[in-house]
Amino acid sequence: MSDATASRPMTEAEGDAAVAPPQAGQSPWRRAWRILRRDKAAIAAFVVMALIVIACLAAPIYAHSLAETDPFRSTLSGSIVIDGQSQKIMQASTTGLGLGTTPIGPTWHWQYMLGADNQGRDVAARLLYGGRNSLFIASAATLICLVLAAAVGTTAGFFGGWVDMVLSRILEVLWAFPVYLLAISLSIVLLSQEIWIGPFRIGSGSLILPIVIIGIIYVPYIARPVRGRVLSLRQSEFVLAARGLGIPRWRILIKDILPNVTTTLIVYIPIMMALNIITESALSFLSIGVQPPDASWGTIIQDGQGLLYTRPMVALAPGVAIVLTVLALNVLGDSVRDAVDPRTKIR
Amino acid sequence: MVFAILQRLGQMVFVLFGISALVFLIFFATPGSDPAARIAGRNAAQETVQAIRKDFGFDRPLPVQYAIMMEKLFVSRDLTSFVNRGLEVVPQVMRAAPITLSLVLGAAVLWVFGSITVGVLAALTRDTIIDKGLMILALIGVSMPVFWLGELLNLVSQSRFHDTFLFSWVPGLGYKPFFDGPWLWFKTLIIPWFTLAALYIGIYGRVLRANLVETYQEDYIRTARAKGLSPSRVMIRHALRMSLIPFITMFGMDFGVLVGGAALLTEVVFGLNGVGRLTYQAMLNLDLPMILATVMYASFFVVVTNAVVDILYVVIDPRVRAN
Repeated sequence: MSDATASRPMTEAEGDAAVAPPQAGQSPWRRAWRILRRDKAAIAAFVVMALIVIACLAAPIYAHSLAETDPFRSTLSGSIVIDGQSQKIMQASTTGLGLGTTPIGPTWHWQYMLGADNQGRDVAARLLYGGRNSLFIASAATLICLVLAAAVGTTAGFFGGWVDMVLSRILEVLWAFPVYLLAISLSIVLLSQEIWIGPFRIGSGSLILPIVIIGIIYVPYIARPVRGRVLSLRQSEFVLAARGLGIPRWRILIKDILPNVTTTLIVYIPIMMALNIITESALSFLSIGVQPPDASWGTIIQDGQGLLYTRPMVALAPGVAIVLTVLALNVLGDSVRDAVDPRTKIR
Repeated sequence: MVFAILQRLGQMVFVLFGISALVFLIFFATPGSDPAARIAGRNAAQETVQAIRKDFGFDRPLPVQYAIMMEKLFVSRDLTSFVNRGLEVVPQVMRAAPITLSLVLGAAVLWVFGSITVGVLAALTRDTIIDKGLMILALIGVSMPVFWLGELLNLVSQSRFHDTFLFSWVPGLGYKPFFDGPWLWFKTLIIPWFTLAALYIGIYGRVLRANLVETYQEDYIRTARAKGLSPSRVMIRHALRMSLIPFITMFGMDFGVLVGGAALLTEVVFGLNGVGRLTYQAMLNLDLPMILATVMYASFFVVVTNAVVDILYVVIDPRVRAN
């Protein structure tokens, strides 16, 4: 019966489906925490994530004490000493007609470890500073997105009627907008001029712009499942019981609905972080995200595009950083979902 | 059923109207900026700005402005780009559309077959090393920025290994029309196809595996097996068939979005002059009429494919019909 062995594992409710049943007196959070602590993949992903965050936070220490450069100033005429030999940062080009210059390649020493970009700036140091921006933008955008989505989704689901109608139609319009085109439309307006919100001026190079753009474009993706969850919660027995007892609606909303929505939102945090890091890098690659001289992983890949065939490390290194970070976040996302709410459908 | 379809079509028209109004408002009604100056582009002459203001009716009420803009885009189709010195916008989009379609169609074929293979294989070998390996690969596919993967493949196929037998067949970057030579067209597009498909093979493979695993817990699968059907028949005729329903919804949406221009990162990296790259260049030039046209074109595709998928559901699934 060779065919029986091939399909056997799926007949039994083991593996993913066999999540420990809830026990009386145990809070769902503690249960989730217990499952997560035993999940080796989750722990590994968390460690990778923590190392990346620490490395990026240590960017100034690296740049000033180890690499001894200013990663935001172009250094076209300097030189460094490696193994007793002096090397120019911008070297005479050896390909083609021998005109122009090529930045120094990876030295694998503290100075210019990953080489320089076309303005003679230290790529390794920019990578760490860029990571700060990428991670910060992704986190802030995730926060904005989840708060907006929770507000819109809960309002639509809980109040129903015309409120739901209006909000759902608005979400539908946003949903039909391809994400990158929506971002381009917003950025073309936002980046071309300064904006005044009351007394506050937002310059066109501000990090607030990519944060707001990325925060807005994914709202429908979260608001829809939140609305669905609230709609089903509103029909659930404990909410009906609470209404029967004459408890005011706002109290039901805060005590019964919101805590349940929170689990849905928590499952989305790591996945949204991952998605936002990719989106930020794509927008910066299209030059509508982080503006020079600031760096992010996306802008460094764009800087490296012109040097792709001569100094590929400039474009490769930030890509590897993105893949590692996003991979860790996605693994974490799977684990958190299994632990907190296995029924949540991701996408 | 007819009522449900009509309702869905009505909803489609509403969403299209909503999108056109939203884009119009974002571009031409943001406070503190002169829409005529925006259309004229950087460093435009005062007379041009004046002419645009009169032509587009920017001195008249907002709804009239909106109506004039839509008339120029859809009825007379003579919306011109001022940044590009009077080039008409609509024909340019029409010229770019087949390039995007070539890219997305090929990638779609790759990702449908690739993800079904990955999903079915992983579900059949569940919890073995093959399953885990496939799922890790799928996750890596999901975690790679598409433009970075494209650059990586360019580096390998155009530069580092271009002179070896592995990649000497790869033509230079840029699109080669199908009717100039199908074989060259195929060779140019095969690496872009793979680049674009990698992400979707990852996503769809993971979703399909999860759905298959869930479906295998169902009673009717046990019944099918108890009847003595062969495992391959149970998989293909019973489990896979059910699991493909969410797969088709996702496919409809993603295909629409990509044909609409969301493949722009792939197009930019490989120098394919599709709708996405057109939008990208219009963005760099601040060419608002062009962006208005491509965004409307894109959302049109998305909205129509979504409506088609929903209507197909109504036709296929009796449960939806009842609602």
